[in-house]
Amino acid sequence: MASLREASPLARTTLAFVAVALVCALFADLAVTTVNPYQELVRLLAGVVTPDFYATDNLGSALAYTLAFALLGVAFGNVLGFGLALLFFSRIVRTGCAFVRAIHELFWALIFLQIFGLSPLTGILAIGIPYAGIIAKVYAEILEEADPAPLRAVPLGSGLISTFLFARLPDAWAHFRTYSMYRLECGLRSSAVLGFVGLPTLGFHLESSFSQGRYSEVSALLILFYVVIASMRLWMRKPLLPVWLVAAAAILPWGLTVSAANMLRFFTHDIVPYPLRAPGGDTLAALGDWLHLMLFEQALPGAAATIQLTMVALVATGVLTMFFFPLVSPLLLGRWARGAGHVFLVVVRSTPEYILAFVLLQLWGPSMLPAIVALSLHNGAIIGHLIGRFTETVKLRPDASRGIDRYVYEVSPRIYRPMMALLFYRWEVILRETAILGILGIATLGFYVDSAFADLRFDRALFLILITAMLNICVDAISRAIRARLRLQTTLKHR
Amino acid sequence: MMTMRIRSVAAIYAVLGALSGLLPGAGAAQAEPFVFTAIPDEDASQLRTRFDKVARYLARTLGVETRYIPVKSYAAAVTAFRNGQVQLAWFGGLSGVRARAMVPGSRALAQGAEDRAFVTYFIAHESTGLSESKSLPKEMAGKTFTFGSKGSTSGRLMPEFHIREAFGKAPEEIFSRVGFSGDHSRTLALVQTGAYQVGAVNFAVWERELKDGKIDPKRVRVIWRTPPYPDYQWTIRGDVDERYGNGFAQRVKAALLSMKDPDLLDSFPRSAFIPAENSDYEPIRKTARSLGLID
Repeated sequence: MASLREASPLARTTLAFVAVALVCALFADLAVTTVNPYQELVRLLAGVVTPDFYATDNLGSALAYTLAFALLGVAFGNVLGFGLALLFFSRIVRTGCAFVRAIHELFWALIFLQIFGLSPLTGILAIGIPYAGIIAKVYAEILEEADPAPLRAVPLGSGLISTFLFARLPDAWAHFRTYSMYRLECGLRSSAVLGFVGLPTLGFHLESSFSQGRYSEVSALLILFYVVIASMRLWMRKPLLPVWLVAAAAILPWGLTVSAANMLRFFTHDIVPYPLRAPGGDTLAALGDWLHLMLFEQALPGAAATIQLTMVALVATGVLTMFFFPLVSPLLLGRWARGAGHVFLVVVRSTPEYILAFVLLQLWGPSMLPAIVALSLHNGAIIGHLIGRFTETVKLRPDASRGIDRYVYEVSPRIYRPMMALLFYRWEVILRETAILGILGIATLGFYVDSAFADLRFDRALFLILITAMLNICVDAISRAIRARLRLQTTLKHR
Repeated sequence: MMTMRIRSVAAIYAVLGALSGLLPGAGAAQAEPFVFTAIPDEDASQLRTRFDKVARYLARTLGVETRYIPVKSYAAAVTAFRNGQVQLAWFGGLSGVRARAMVPGSRALAQGAEDRAFVTYFIAHESTGLSESKSLPKEMAGKTFTFGSKGSTSGRLMPEFHIREAFGKAPEEIFSRVGFSGDHSRTLALVQTGAYQVGAVNFAVWERELKDGKIDPKRVRVIWRTPPYPDYQWTIRGDVDERYGNGFAQRVKAALLSMKDPDLLDSFPRSAFIPAENSDYEPIRKTARSLGLID
């Protein structure tokens, strides 16, 4: 048996992460607290097979708003992100983008709800701002990795703009389009989830019908949602894009007023720590108390729970991926079985993890268990799908072993590196999502952020959101360092 | 091929252009509609059904276009009121106090007849073996407990106040698990199924659900009733007279007080509306301050 010292760095890293996750799981609250979880599950399944499309008021407008926010938000993010990608050489732009994408759409929505209220701007910016940060980074990477040959063919003295338009953009454009389609799919998911905090999208009704146990209505809402995502490639055609954008802008209710005074008040009053704007007294001492309360009673316990949950979910995602990728791998399964595998993975990865967690919370009660299962199912299905596709390129010897031996000795070693690369890539995504699940009642940072918003204490909410963003940026940096040290690469296709 | 594509796209644009003329807001400027909201204290999917008829009643009585907009949280109701996107709101005691502190000049107009002496019921699943007692049962300690919404008066503020009074400790130190169900209907459902052993619920919602046969007395029972406190009220912004004409706030008040249709009143659920003052809610403000829920 090889000792740990001789093990490869990749194996050692794996073992270290598994050990950390086990310790975290040991201290995690994993109880099922509902009395009859299976009775509820049976009711849910009964609802799934009897969808009721007439139970929801304003179902049509909820669907239209879901599409409208997604389209306009992603379009805004795309234009802004493209512009920022061109300035990505600047450290300020890079840092700014890292910061805005470290804050989840739902947190952005909670912030913009204070500034713009229920105006459509709230939904568009909540999606557009973080997406601009993500898109800028990806587009900058695409431009960097683009074929440099055309650039060498450009005659001396060509202008900066024409060089860019004719030598750099054409090669990158196809990648931009593919990535934009992927972002639009994410945008639809985000838009639906924004309903949970009050925007009039599908999530708004999903939340109410679910919590009242009207599962036929839930089923109808989810089916509509899957149909929209699955049919995206049919209706999202280039010549129709302006039509959809104009239509989206036209159906949104722009009537509600947005006042500049509200915006000004938010930035100059609401988010200033209370002791600094409280009348009289010992400001410095009060500020010390405020910071002490925020750090030791909210930020630190919240951050600890967030990290704990993230680590368990990350390793659980890896384990599930090992089970999921064979479902769609031609090396391991026949055509019909793979078809079923594809359907399963599509449904699991199209369901936003927030909605999955919400469903499981209703069934099992509030502990870390539903969150871990939701996060690892969703992310495991995404990575499993990508790895399954990756195995299509793997060539085995004609006399390679079959069955379980092939899985263990032939396929698994070959997919392990790309799988770990993707896993580390999604680490930060899992963390961001973990923080958000606090809104559902698990004691991660989101729980304290949600409480601060419920108490209309925006100074506290913003402080905690900044802590969340910093945590995210740290994990992103650690993940990048590990990937660099282990030479783990993700290709453009796998982002 | 190409021309066909261009033509079909052009046709879509033409239709869209024609449609845009029909859009609301594209025509001449209309009078500003009067907009109100309500805290989502019960089953959120019923909010429209409950309040759209109130909107129709107000429109008829006031002679102004009146709209109701649904919100997802207590805080969102306060924010919409503060930002002037709604001019009138059906608040709980605590959300009303918060809203009036944020909007100078705003005032409480009317409350339900029941709101002068509102009560919270502590309820328990039958498996706990708890039964109704004169004071908060000490045997609650160690059980799982759910509040309603984080911003609720009857589901959070008052129950937390009485829990701290009785035990001298924070709820998280007393119960094995503390949750926030989100609204009163959900608290009821969670305690009735045993997902939480004990909960705190608005008495008006309890009584109505009991009448409607949605509560199984064998599975869930009331174990303690709090002393009375002031709760829900209609609050209006101070600038409505400027925007809708002199005396508008008074007319809204009169319309609310003269609401007699049992079908309308039942959606609150209240038996009648009576006048209210900002000062009626001073006890709520003091309690919220003592719990550190407002600065």
